[in-house]
Amino acid sequence: MRAFRFEPLTLPPEADAMRRKVRAFLDDERTHRRYAAHRTSWSTFDPEFSRRAAVAGFIGMTWPRKYGGGEYSNLERFVVTEEMLVAGAPGGAHWIADRQSGPQILKHGSERAREVILPRIAAGECYFGIGMSEPDSGSDLAAVRTKAEKCENGWVINGAKIWTSNAHRVHYLIVLARTEPLGQDRHAGLSQFIVDTASEGIEIRPILNLVGGHEFNEVFFRNCFVPDDMMIGKPGEGWTRVTGELAFERAGPDRFMSDIRLLIELIDKVGRAPNERQAIEIGRFAAHFAALRRMSSSIAGLLERGESPITEAALVKDVGTAFEREIPEIVRKLLPVESSLDDDDEYSQALAHVLLHAPSFTIRGGTPEILRGMIARGLGLR
Amino acid sequence: MEDISAIVLEQADRLFQQYVNKNILAEADHGKWPAPLWAALEDAGLPLALVPEAAGGVGLEAGVAANLIRRAAFYSVPLPLAETMIANRLWVDAGGDAMDGATTLAPVNPQDRLTVTPTAGGVVLHGTAHHVPWGGQASTALVFARDASGKGFLCRVLPAQVRAKRMRRNVAYEPRGDMEFDGVQLPASGVRPAPDYLDADGLMAFGAAIRAQQMIGGMERCMDYALTYANERVQFGRPIGKFQAVQHMLAVAAGHFAAASATADTLFESERLGDDEFAVAIAKSRCGEAAGLVAAVCHQVHGAMGFTQEHPLHFATRRLWAWRDEWGAESYWQERIGRTICAAGGDGFWPLVADRRSATGSLKSTTAE
Repeated sequence: MRAFRFEPLTLPPEADAMRRKVRAFLDDERTHRRYAAHRTSWSTFDPEFSRRAAVAGFIGMTWPRKYGGGEYSNLERFVVTEEMLVAGAPGGAHWIADRQSGPQILKHGSERAREVILPRIAAGECYFGIGMSEPDSGSDLAAVRTKAEKCENGWVINGAKIWTSNAHRVHYLIVLARTEPLGQDRHAGLSQFIVDTASEGIEIRPILNLVGGHEFNEVFFRNCFVPDDMMIGKPGEGWTRVTGELAFERAGPDRFMSDIRLLIELIDKVGRAPNERQAIEIGRFAAHFAALRRMSSSIAGLLERGESPITEAALVKDVGTAFEREIPEIVRKLLPVESSLDDDDEYSQALAHVLLHAPSFTIRGGTPEILRGMIARGLGLR
Repeated sequence: MEDISAIVLEQADRLFQQYVNKNILAEADHGKWPAPLWAALEDAGLPLALVPEAAGGVGLEAGVAANLIRRAAFYSVPLPLAETMIANRLWVDAGGDAMDGATTLAPVNPQDRLTVTPTAGGVVLHGTAHHVPWGGQASTALVFARDASGKGFLCRVLPAQVRAKRMRRNVAYEPRGDMEFDGVQLPASGVRPAPDYLDADGLMAFGAAIRAQQMIGGMERCMDYALTYANERVQFGRPIGKFQAVQHMLAVAAGHFAAASATADTLFESERLGDDEFAVAIAKSRCGEAAGLVAAVCHQVHGAMGFTQEHPLHFATRRLWAWRDEWGAESYWQERIGRTICAAGGDGFWPLVADRRSATGSLKSTTAE
C-alpha cells in the first residue's frame, strides 16, 4: 500500500529550552489563577491572556523580526502550542491569526498587509476569523457564492458567510470569494481577501451555540470595499491558498488536545490507586495520545522543511478528533459524577464543558466524511 | 552501515518471496516445520541479525531489525525468526555464545513465573510456561527465571530436557506448547545472570516488542490485499473501492495503521527493541487495538471470498488475532500504563508521555500480578 509516512522527529535542544520557557510562563499564569483551566481551551477567547502571551513572545514566533516575529523554528512553535494546550490556556483570541492567517499573509500577502497587520498580531492585539463557510457552502467549499468584483483600487464584496467564529470581536476575516463566474473548473476563479470587520457594508449577526455561548456569527457583505493590497496572492489563486491554509489548520496538536485537560483532571480525581477499569482506560488514552503526538510532531517537522503534507494532515485530524470525541464518552463512565456547568465541583464543570463542546470537534476544520475521502484518494481508491 | 542494512533487508525480502507460498503456509497450518525455509534464513545469517558483529552476528540496529521482523510478518513467515533473533541477543549480552537453530522464549504469559534453585553442578528449574511459541519444535528455549532472592537468570534449555505437556495451536495455527520445567537440571554453562535490562520485567517487554513489529507487517499485508481487491472487484458496474462506504472503512483502517506504526516506530530508538518498557506498552496496546480493527475492515472488504482458504488473507488476519493476545493483550499493557500514570498524578501525565528522556521509574504492575 502507499503507506502514509510519519518520519520521527527529534526536537532540537532549542525546543527544549523553549519548553522550559513556556512552562514557566504558564505556571505563573496558573499560580496567579489568571484563567480557570478546568473550563478553558484553545477556543476560549481571552484578549488579556493573548496580550500577556504576546509580551512573553509566544505569538508570531516563526515570523521575521521586522514584522514583530521571533524568528524561531516551527518546532519551537510546536512545543509552545502543545504546552499551551496541556495547560488549557485560553488562546482563542489570537489562535487563528497565529496559526493560519498570519502565516498566510506572511507567505502570500502584500507588503503593506504584512507591515500593517503582522506586528499587531504578534503584539496580541489583532485577531482573525475564518471566512470560508457559507449558508449553502459547508463541506463543499468550492460552492461559495460570495462575489468580489473589481473596482477602482480594489474589490467590492457581496454575499454572506456563516459559522464565522468570533466575527463580532476580531479585527479581520480572511474571506474566500468568487472573482470569476463559476465555470467548468469549480476550483478556478476563487480569491482570498483580508477584510477589516470595521469596514462599511458589513453586518454581523450572532448565532448562539449549544453551550449558550456566542462564538458563531453570520456575516453579510453589502458592497463592502477591500483595497487591492488586501488580496492574498493573485486573483484566481483562492483554492490553492485555502487548501494550503488547511494543512496548517489540520495537523496541529489542537486537533487532538482540545479536551486533554479533562483527561488530566480525571487522573487527579481517580487518584494514585485506580481500579482496574480506570487504569485500563487511562492507559488506552495514553497510548492513543502518544501515537497522535508522534504523528503530529512528524508533520511539524515536514512543515519546518517547507513541505505541505495535505493528506497526512487530514489523516491526523481524522484520527485526532475521533480521539477527542471519545474522551468524554469514556471518562463519564469511570467515575460517578454527573456533569453540570453550574456544579461547585470543578471536575463536574470540566466534564460538562467538554461534553457540550465535543460535537464541534469533528465539524470545524473539515469533517471526517471529507477527510476520509482525501485519505481514500491517497490510498488510490479515487 | 546503512548499505549493509539495505542489503540484508533486500536479501531477506527475496528469501521470503521465494520460499513462503500458499503451500508452505498451509502445511505449516497443519504443524509441518518448513525446514528448507529455516535453512535459508540461517544461511543468510538472519537468526544472528541483532547479535553484535564482534560476537559473530550481523549487528543490525534495532530499527533495521524491526523492519526485518515486519517483512517476515508481512509474508506470514511461519517460523520463530524474531524470537530467535531476540534470544541470541539476550544470551550474548549475558555472556553466552550465539545458539544454533531456532530458539524460542519463555515465559510468554504475564502470570507464568519460573524459578531456579542452585544445585551442586548448576541449577534446577521449576514452573510451567504456557503457550510457548514452537515450544515443541524449537531447538532451544531461552527461559527467564528468578531465584529465591528475586534475581533474574537466563537459562538455555534443550527440548529433550523438557516435556511439552500439551501442544496446541493459536488461531494462526502456529504451535504453542505448554512447557513443564519442574525439575529440569541445567549445568552451570546453561545458566547466566540475566542482563540488568531484564531486571524489572523479564522477557515481557521483549516479546511484546516483537509482536508489535509483527502486527505492523501483518496489517500492511492485509491493507495491501484489501486495497487491491477493492480496486478489482466490480459490483453495481464499478469497482467497490469507488463506493464511499468502502472508501471510508479503508480510510479509518489506514488511520489506525498509521497510528499503530507511529508507536511501533518509537521502539527503533531503543537498542534492542524491548528496552523501554513504557514505549513497548504503548506500542503493544496501540498495535493490538489497530490489528483487530484492520483485520475486521479487510475481511469486510473481501466479502465471502476473504472467509475462504482460496484467498490468502486469512494467513495474515489469523496471525494478527493471535499476536495481539500474546505477551500481554491490550488490557494488560493498558492497565500497567494507567497505573504508572495515576501514580504520577495529573501533572505527571504530560511529562511521562512528552519527555521520555526525563521519565524515571519502571512500569507499574497490574493488580493481578
